[in-house]
Amino acid sequence: MTARLRKTGASLSLVLIAAMAACTSYTEIPIETPIQPKLDVSAFQRVFIAGFIAGENEDVDANMETVRLLRSQLRNKGIMRVIDADTLPLLEVAKQNSGEVTAPPPPDQQAVSQPPQDPNKLVINDEKDLEQFQHLFANVAYWKRIGEEYQQPLIVTGAIVFAPQQRSGFVQREQESYDPFGRRQVVPVRTYMERKGFVLRPTFIFIDGRTGETLHTETFREEILYNANQQTPALSSYFELMDRLLPAFLNTLTAQKIKGTRTLLK
Amino acid sequence: MTLGTMSSRHLALALFLALASAPPAWAEQRGQAKEQVEFGIQVAQRGLWKEAIYRWERAAQLDPTYAAAFNNLAVAYEHEGQLTKARAAYEKAIALEPNNALVRQNYDLFKEINDRAAQKDGR
Repeated sequence: MTARLRKTGASLSLVLIAAMAACTSYTEIPIETPIQPKLDVSAFQRVFIAGFIAGENEDVDANMETVRLLRSQLRNKGIMRVIDADTLPLLEVAKQNSGEVTAPPPPDQQAVSQPPQDPNKLVINDEKDLEQFQHLFANVAYWKRIGEEYQQPLIVTGAIVFAPQQRSGFVQREQESYDPFGRRQVVPVRTYMERKGFVLRPTFIFIDGRTGETLHTETFREEILYNANQQTPALSSYFELMDRLLPAFLNTLTAQKIKGTRTLLK
Repeated sequence: MTLGTMSSRHLALALFLALASAPPAWAEQRGQAKEQVEFGIQVAQRGLWKEAIYRWERAAQLDPTYAAAFNNLAVAYEHEGQLTKARAAYEKAIALEPNNALVRQNYDLFKEINDRAAQKDGR
């Protein structure tokens, strides 16, 4: 009887081991998923980052920084020839153009963009502040004229909201402690915190320089929050946030491969 | 006991023994599908993804209840950028084995990428 029981036990163990082996029969494999670009830019040989409507931030010129960053990224990727020209004075054009039916004068006849002085300082904190400029991006005649001047490139323009933000509330963080036996423990603790940081909300508008028509519009939103007592320069926050959304921006113009790992089963 | 009854009993017994000793058809098909799946893994590891797709499609045809074949097929479709096919294959694998954590993990990772692509397309 005991021998039979032993035999049954051994058989059960074998079955269990076999079942476990079957369960763990897998292989990890690296993969690269290609994501097709949203825009077919084969008709364009040149790209003109024309500038952006952006609020005035004391620490960061979101317009110029974005222009510089996108131009250098596109140049590095070699997607298209990047036109190295002065940015367009979009704020001035928008002001001149508001309510006008006729097309604005070509850029060489426009006044050079000067930041308005206080108390008329331009503050753009959200989409509502940008609404007054929407007519500018829809002005087909204006963009067609710009396109003619720069040999009909793909024009990239839009609006950038880069604003400070402050938030308070409960956040979960991990707290390290040691039990009476000296063993380290990490436990989640909810604490009330004052946090401050920045929000970056760019809208990229891709315009066909041959027709002046908008081909594609894309809006992103990224935010970063720090402890209230942490002093992080606005410019480094801006670059950290832009770094997060650059792959998505570039993917509009070129195919991208996203690296990852998956599990193959037997 | 008549002669007729005896022979029919023998016949039934013989039939039972024949059926019991021969492997069932589904087991044989699973065996063949498993071979295809394993070969597919070997070629995928060498970067021959199209050959792997062929093998795993074959495995899925041989045994349409084999979740691993559909999971692997989904991974290969994903690698080839065929996201619609990948989704369908993952969903089939999950339907076959709803509690398989590895398939679910693959699917979750896939969805992250697929959602990004869908967002881009405005879908």
